[in-house]
Formats: sequence, structure tokens, C-alpha cells
Amino acid sequence: MASQAQAQALPAQTGWKWWTNLPLARRRTITGYIFISPFMLGVLFWVVIPVLVNLYLTFHSWNLMSPPRFVGLANIETLFKDPILPYALKATFLYTMMSVPLGLVLGFFLANLINTNIRGIAVFRTIFYLPSIVPAVANALLWAWMFNTEFGLINSFIRALGGSKIAWLQDPAWAMPAFVILSLWGSGASMIIFLAGLQGIPDIYYEAAEIDGAGRWAKMRHITLPMMSPIFFFNLVIGFINSFQVFVIGYLITDGGPQNSTLFLVLYIYRSAFQNLKMGYAAALSWLLFGILLVLSLIIFRYLGRRVYYENPGE
Amino acid sequence: MAVIERPINDLENSDIEIGVRGTHRRMSRSDRAWRTFTIVVLLVMAFIMVMPFVWLVTSSLKSQVQIFQYPPEWIPNPVRFENYTNALTYKPFGLYLRNTMIIVTLNVIAVVFTSSFVAYGFARMRFWGRDFWFGVVIATLFLPYAIMIVPQFIMFSRLGWVDTFLPLTVPYFFGGGAFNIFLMRQFFRTIPEELADAARIDGCTEFGIYWRIMMPLSRPALITIGIFTFLSSWNDLLGPIIYLRSPENFTVAAGLASFRSIQDVSWDLQLAASTAMILPIVILFFFAQRYFVRGIVMTGLKG
Repeated sequence: MASQAQAQALPAQTGWKWWTNLPLARRRTITGYIFISPFMLGVLFWVVIPVLVNLYLTFHSWNLMSPPRFVGLANIETLFKDPILPYALKATFLYTMMSVPLGLVLGFFLANLINTNIRGIAVFRTIFYLPSIVPAVANALLWAWMFNTEFGLINSFIRALGGSKIAWLQDPAWAMPAFVILSLWGSGASMIIFLAGLQGIPDIYYEAAEIDGAGRWAKMRHITLPMMSPIFFFNLVIGFINSFQVFVIGYLITDGGPQNSTLFLVLYIYRSAFQNLKMGYAAALSWLLFGILLVLSLIIFRYLGRRVYYENPGE
Repeated sequence: MAVIERPINDLENSDIEIGVRGTHRRMSRSDRAWRTFTIVVLLVMAFIMVMPFVWLVTSSLKSQVQIFQYPPEWIPNPVRFENYTNALTYKPFGLYLRNTMIIVTLNVIAVVFTSSFVAYGFARMRFWGRDFWFGVVIATLFLPYAIMIVPQFIMFSRLGWVDTFLPLTVPYFFGGGAFNIFLMRQFFRTIPEELADAARIDGCTEFGIYWRIMMPLSRPALITIGIFTFLSSWNDLLGPIIYLRSPENFTVAAGLASFRSIQDVSWDLQLAASTAMILPIVILFFFAQRYFVRGIVMTGLKG
């Protein structure tokens, strides 16, 4: 191994002399770049080149069979004329706007429930967390069955309570709420992060507040919530990026339907590329997704990022 | 809402202790009511969260007749374990499992070794341009994978890699993803630098320090990123359905997804196969629970 060879070579062996003669700073720089070189190559292969390929595709029409044809801005123009795209945007935005805030609230709520020292709390923690690691495909099949109009568990409950059954996955108005309920089942991941945050708040703050006569609500409002704001922010950003790229449930449960009400943007990109074989248009859609995510991320960081309270600013 | 239990004896000052004791006793009564309320809510939430699992497992053991029955019965009668054998032989799941394990194993190895290697450079080396490149790591953390779907497919098809495992494994060997690099860097920074300095004085190279000191000390973090890589590769559907064409190359996820598109396959088999796909994850969770929690907490809080 190189390390052993060099270790023994240190007392002036000619093969390593050019190396040991280099200034320390230079040696460190070279070693450092050797360490990070896999990542640098990765960025080149899996980010820079794909972005350039995507740029090329955006200005071409290509169905994978015949050679690509230069079409200028035609793919961009199609973005504005495509009658399907508004459905994709609407589905993606609706899903994000509903599932992310509700998921945050539920995750925070569960974390507070769990942050108790009763016996057997680990069992509850496991129950709440497990759904979030269920494989997406199995999750999709499970919920397709849960939401089954005739024999699904959800409608059975509704009917047992005297309601009438809902065509969850066939009614365009109900498919999205069904997906949001499905997504809430996986709130356990954010719960764990909230829980770690709750346990990181020093007890002294609560004790001081109690001496001042603060009740439960005051402590929550003036200590817990401000102290947790970085974690809310973190979970918001993660949840937002993930929900904007939701794919499997739309692909497997409803196949984008009914009436395109669950045609998420990533599903539409997939469809354009691999079912309609419009590589150029799919590339244009990818830029659109990237642009929306970028703009929304900037807005989140700009307007929410500075409201976040950090106890120790900086590192 | 947060129920904070404080041991009263951790206040040294006796004057304050009396005051706090008083408060504590008064609080304690309402605390008890609150606690009961918390437990009730806990039980209700646990009931709701566990219900889909129970429904899945019982449905997967029902006969075709019983599964399409209203109102539904919870207890399968007769209990049909054959559903599992039927589901797992309806499609060659043994083959899918083998394919998945090949992909998963390669990815875990790739991530554990390359992300720690890169992370060492970021955590412990000081060199010109390091902060810029670490900025690139953070930037790729936010890069949506979805925009790479089309161009990467074009690249891999040009390379002739479509319908092989290469597009699903080779990218992992280049740093193993920004997320894991970030996580390993955070972990390495908690290991005392004095250990490395001592090794340097003994003539150990940076590679030696990485391999012989940092890696053995980082077992918990390495296991954590290994588990998360296992999960994401095991669960991945988009990659396999884009790149794997012939059914004998399918992964478990792709095989299960192909169940869905076949309309004549009944729910009992779909649900049995789903349960079978969830089971390894649940087992993994019970054996490695603390690594799950650690990973989530490390990424979430140490930014």
C-alpha cells in the first residue's frame, strides 16, 4: 500500500525524494485534491456533462430513433402551449402545499408526544417512525388498497360511521387529498428530527420560565417554538424538495389520473421522455422543474431563513 | 405540550429548592392529568399509524373471496399462507432479490468507501480551493435528481449501459453522494486531531491516517450511511424502470411495480408481495435501530 511504502521511505529514499522535497503546503494541496478527486470526477460526470446534454437536448427534437434535429426554441414554446402541463404544475403545487405544512405539524406534534418519559415510549417511537421507511412501491400498493372504493379500510370506516363511500382514486377532487393522507403516514422521519431538537433544548430555560410562572402554553410559545425554528426550517426545506419530486405514488397508484389530477411534474417528465419519446421536450420540462425549485428555495431562504433563531450563530 | 420531567434534586441552592418544590408539587397534579391525556393521545395516534400495517398483513393472508367482502373482516379465515408462495413464484422474485442484492451491495460498498475518502479531504486537509469544493458538495445536495433523469439516460444509452446494472451502481463510486460526504465530514470532525498528529509524527501518511485511524473509529457513522444507502437502493423504483428492460434484470421494486400493471393479478398476491418487500426493512430496523436515529439526527442538527 502507498501509505506503508511512504512511511518507510521517509528517511530519504530516492523514489520519494521529489515528494518530500516539495513544500509542505504543496504536498497538502496535492493530497487534499487526491482525497476529493472522486467527488470532482463525479460532479463532472453526473452533473456538469448531464447539464450540458440537457442544454443540447432542449434545443433539439429527438425521439431516440432518428438523429436529433435542431429546433431552436420550439421546445420552450411548447411549454407555454402544452395543454397538459398546467395539470402537472397544479398537481405538484397542490401536493406540496398540502403535504409539507401538514407533515411538519404532524411531525412536530408526534415529537412532542414522544418526548415523554413514560415506560414503553420506545414502542410508540418505533410505531410512528416505521411507516417512513416503508419502500415506496409497497407503500403505493398498500395505500391503493387502503383507498379502494368498495373494500378499502378508509371507506369501511367512513361507512361504519354513517358516511357514504368516497371514490378516492377515481374522483379528481379526492385523489390529491388521498395522496396527502398517504404522505402524512410517513411523518415519522421529521418527527425524529424534531424529537432530537426538543431534547436538545436545555432544561434551564423551562425551569427559569416556570419560576416566572409560565404555563404550558407560554413555555411552548416562548421557548420551544423559537428554539425549534431552525429544525422547522430544515424539515421545511427537505420536505419541500422531496415533495416537489414525488413520483412513485402518482406512477403506481393512479398513473397520473383521474383526469391528470395526480400527474406530478416528475411523472410528466418521465412520460414525455420514455413513453412519448420526446427527449427535447422532457429536457425543457426538467429546466422548468429546476427553475421552479430554485426560485422557491430562494424565496424560502430569503423570507423564512432570517426569521429562524440560532442560539449560536455561525459554526 | 412538551412534558418536561425535572428531577428536583438537581438544584443545589436550598432556598430555591423549597420554592421550586412548592411549584413542582403544584404542577405535579396538573402534570398527572396532562400525562394521562398524553398517553390517551399517544394510544390513539399509535392505533391510527399501525392500522395500515395490520390491514396490509391481514389482507395478505385472506382468500380471494374474503378480501372482496363488505364489511371487511379483520381475521383472515382461512389463513392463506399460500398467498406468499403464490405471489413470490408468480414472478421470479428469487431472481429479483438476487439482482437487488447485487446492486445494493455494490452501492453500499461504494458509498462507505468513497464518501468517507472524500470526506476525509474536506474534514482534515487544509488546501487551496477546499471551501469552494465543499460549497459544490452543499450545492449538489440541493440539486434535484429529477432534472438529471433525461440527460443521464442519454449518456448511459450512448455508453451502451441500458439494461445493465451499471447505471444503477457506477455513479455511487464517485463520492457516494453529497449527503453522505457531508455526513462523514461532520463525523470526522468530532474525532480528536491529536490522534492523527501522533500518527503523523510516527511517519504515517494522510492515507494511512484515513485508513488506519479514521475508518476504524468511524464504524457507527459508516454503518449509518451504509444502512441509508441500503434503504434507498432497495426502495428505488425510478432507476430500475428507466434502465432495466428485460424482466430477468428487474429488481424487487421493479418486479413488484410490474404486478400493479397486470390487471388480472389479484389484491391478495399484490399485498403478500408488498409485505414480503417491507419485511427485510422492518427486520433491518429492529437490528439497527440506533443507527437509523443517529443518521437522521446527525444530518438534521449538525449543519
